[in-house]
Amino acid sequence: MAGLSYVRVEMLPEREPPVSEVGLIGWLKSNLFSGWFNTILTLISLYFIYALVSSILPWLWSPTWAAQSLNECREIVSDLGKEHGGACYGVIRERWQQLLFGFYPDELRWRPILTLILLFVALAPVLFTEAFPAKMLWFTGAFLFLAPWLMWGGVIWTPLLVAAGLVIGFYAFKFSAGAIGNLAAIILAIALPILWWMFAIGPISQGLASIIPFGIEVVESRLFGGFMLSVWIGVVAIAISLFLGVVLALGRQSELMIVKYLSVGFIEFIRGVPLITLLFVASTLLNIFMPPGTNFDIILRVMIMATLFASAYIAEVIRGGLAALPRGQYEAADALGLDYWKSQRLIILPQALKISIPGIVSTFIGLFKDTTLVSIIGLLDPIGLTGSIRADANWNGIIWELYGFIAILFFISCFSMSRYSMWLERKLRKGHQ
Amino acid sequence: MATMTDPEGGTFRPSMLLYDSRYRSATIQIVALIGFLLLIGWLVNNTVQNLADLGKSVGFGFLGERAGYDINQRLLEYSSNDSHLRASLLGLLNTLLVAVAGCALATIVGVVVGVLRLSSNWLVARIMTVYVEMFRNVPVLLWIVLSMAILIETLPPPSAYRGDEPAANMIVGESIALTNRGIYVPEPLFGRMDEDGGFVSWRHGLGDVSLFGDASLRFDVSLDLIAILATLVAGLLVSGLIRKRADRIQNATGLRPRTWYWRWGVVLIPLVLLLWVLGFYLGKPALQGFNFQGGTHLRNSFIALWLALSFYTAAFIAEIVRGGILAISHGQTEAAAALGLRQRRIMSLVVLPQALRVIIPPLISQYLNLTKNSSLAIAVGYMDLTGTLMGITLNQSGRELETVLLTMLIYLLISLSISGAMNIYNNSVKLKER
Repeated sequence: MAGLSYVRVEMLPEREPPVSEVGLIGWLKSNLFSGWFNTILTLISLYFIYALVSSILPWLWSPTWAAQSLNECREIVSDLGKEHGGACYGVIRERWQQLLFGFYPDELRWRPILTLILLFVALAPVLFTEAFPAKMLWFTGAFLFLAPWLMWGGVIWTPLLVAAGLVIGFYAFKFSAGAIGNLAAIILAIALPILWWMFAIGPISQGLASIIPFGIEVVESRLFGGFMLSVWIGVVAIAISLFLGVVLALGRQSELMIVKYLSVGFIEFIRGVPLITLLFVASTLLNIFMPPGTNFDIILRVMIMATLFASAYIAEVIRGGLAALPRGQYEAADALGLDYWKSQRLIILPQALKISIPGIVSTFIGLFKDTTLVSIIGLLDPIGLTGSIRADANWNGIIWELYGFIAILFFISCFSMSRYSMWLERKLRKGHQ
Repeated sequence: MATMTDPEGGTFRPSMLLYDSRYRSATIQIVALIGFLLLIGWLVNNTVQNLADLGKSVGFGFLGERAGYDINQRLLEYSSNDSHLRASLLGLLNTLLVAVAGCALATIVGVVVGVLRLSSNWLVARIMTVYVEMFRNVPVLLWIVLSMAILIETLPPPSAYRGDEPAANMIVGESIALTNRGIYVPEPLFGRMDEDGGFVSWRHGLGDVSLFGDASLRFDVSLDLIAILATLVAGLLVSGLIRKRADRIQNATGLRPRTWYWRWGVVLIPLVLLLWVLGFYLGKPALQGFNFQGGTHLRNSFIALWLALSFYTAAFIAEIVRGGILAISHGQTEAAAALGLRQRRIMSLVVLPQALRVIIPPLISQYLNLTKNSSLAIAVGYMDLTGTLMGITLNQSGRELETVLLTMLIYLLISLSISGAMNIYNNSVKLKER
């Protein structure tokens, strides 16, 4: 056999892969120019990008940051000899604070900023369960009462007394449960705080304020505006609607027929009408529905309707979470002999809420974008403010810069939220495997 | 849930209403119902009291009164002397018009973008991703006002079309004019009788039939349109019969006869003949004085709303389509190829039927969203249901309660009928499991 000379005995050295298959060229070939159809698509796309960039970039590059009015902008731009005009950034420099805060007093703007920072701190243990200790949830609870106080101001006693209502309810349940039974205790634990909130808080807080007048300056809600208003409406509505949503979702899953149909009716009604009609209810009808003499201001009314709106959507998200739980969890809870509320509280809801967080975030993104609708009923959210900025003689006729600024603000916040929600979804999917 | 075993018999005590599981659910439900009724009663009572204080009554008589405002973009004839009811009807039709047109365009754009996002071409896929993220993460209201601004600011005024060397030119064979006052497109017209009732030529349209006389709900039905639709439907039916026959022959002999020219012919030839007999022609817009005359005038408000809603919703539909296609496992395609099916048949017989089952339910809820979002028309002055009934009619009649509730009711009916259709579809395509 050794005499066979045509069998190669030694290995040839490895050769480099062809240049056309690796590196940049290989990537280009496989991703952009594989076949005639892809090549045509690539060329069309390149032309499209070129056309877009070549028409927008010159417009974007425009040294008008210092301009005091649109006319000044136009002079600067025409001095540069630009054919298609240029952006006028002066309006952003002059008005960005208004677009962010509305007419919130200048010297008090640290309050909404602080609230926003605290919001992130409060949300951290909810959104990133592994990175932050669960004890921080206590701060989340406190934030619910702290935030409205920071935003609206007033004496410190009001939020403290409102929070005290919950403590009253808790202890009412704890001490009466043994004496009068669970259900009666629950009713008592709901009725007592409501009575406390309705009748006791006003006088007591006034009394305490006259003794220890500790408070911060009151800011009326008609001064709220801009991006802050959108965030604030969205956050308040989602926070409250989480509670309502859980109740509605449980009601919809309930075996009690009347409770079920009431929940279904509410959810389907709210989901069946456009938000703008609900906002019209807020602006024209809500005061008619309330007892004579009640007068909520418009932002509070909008928040009420936005909360009802969000709660129907949150309820559906949570219902999805409840339905996604394996049936065995419900049966296991029954097997342990837990009653309905205990099994919901200890076994079902913690798991169901956890898997609904991505859906809740999506609902928040949707609601946050929808808060721009309040401009239609005359509130000064960013889009509403564009009108009043344009009413200024200096900036009459300015369009793209304002819309662009608002669009970028919304894009950054919504995009990052949706990335978070996708990240969480991936993590949850891994966790279930 | 758990099986309850309560002791049988014994005398009834009131405390059993709470502690006996046989009565407890009834108690809770009755309490809930009473609570609900009390809430409703409280609201109604407040409303009645408040309205009495304001000296207002509740009634829908205002719908019959003279509206006194104009609706510029309209599907039926209307004048400001018509009633609020008719104005609302036109508003409703405008809502439906923009909803249907929007759903159609959004579906087309959404499917194209969704498929292209999966393209193997890196650049195209990235562009589509940017499109989707850009539209999804910016409020639809901003898109609507932005489109309106783009239409008004970037399109030439009608005067730019004047002169020997105009600054702007009509497109598509001198038939479509894009101006900052709206878009003028050709309108389909038919040969008409002359004023004496004699015929200009023997080729002429059939005319209209007016229904409901002078009532608010009156409308004209074009007999030409009915004739065209009838011909089209008949053609499609015959075409279906031809396909069935081809199927039968294929099942019997294994050979499929070539039928595509027959199938197109039976639809198109009668249609063309009918159009010729009716004297069909396109009325092109032409510049007269300061504005275009003739043709159909699509106002900026409609175009802006339509485009913004469509492209916004299309971003969501693209994601749905992409998800639906990704949901079909590769094994399905491979199995179909192993059976010897051709590429087109794999798509139409194996992939699409399964993908559609995933795609359609969320797609319809996007249609629902688009329809509800069309109420933002009020931001650009398109007179839809919100603009008429809940807008000017509300302001003129001062009847907030009736107009707002009526508007909500109508939207609710639209939504419920769309989701009802969805349920029927869902049940029909549901996997038949044991």
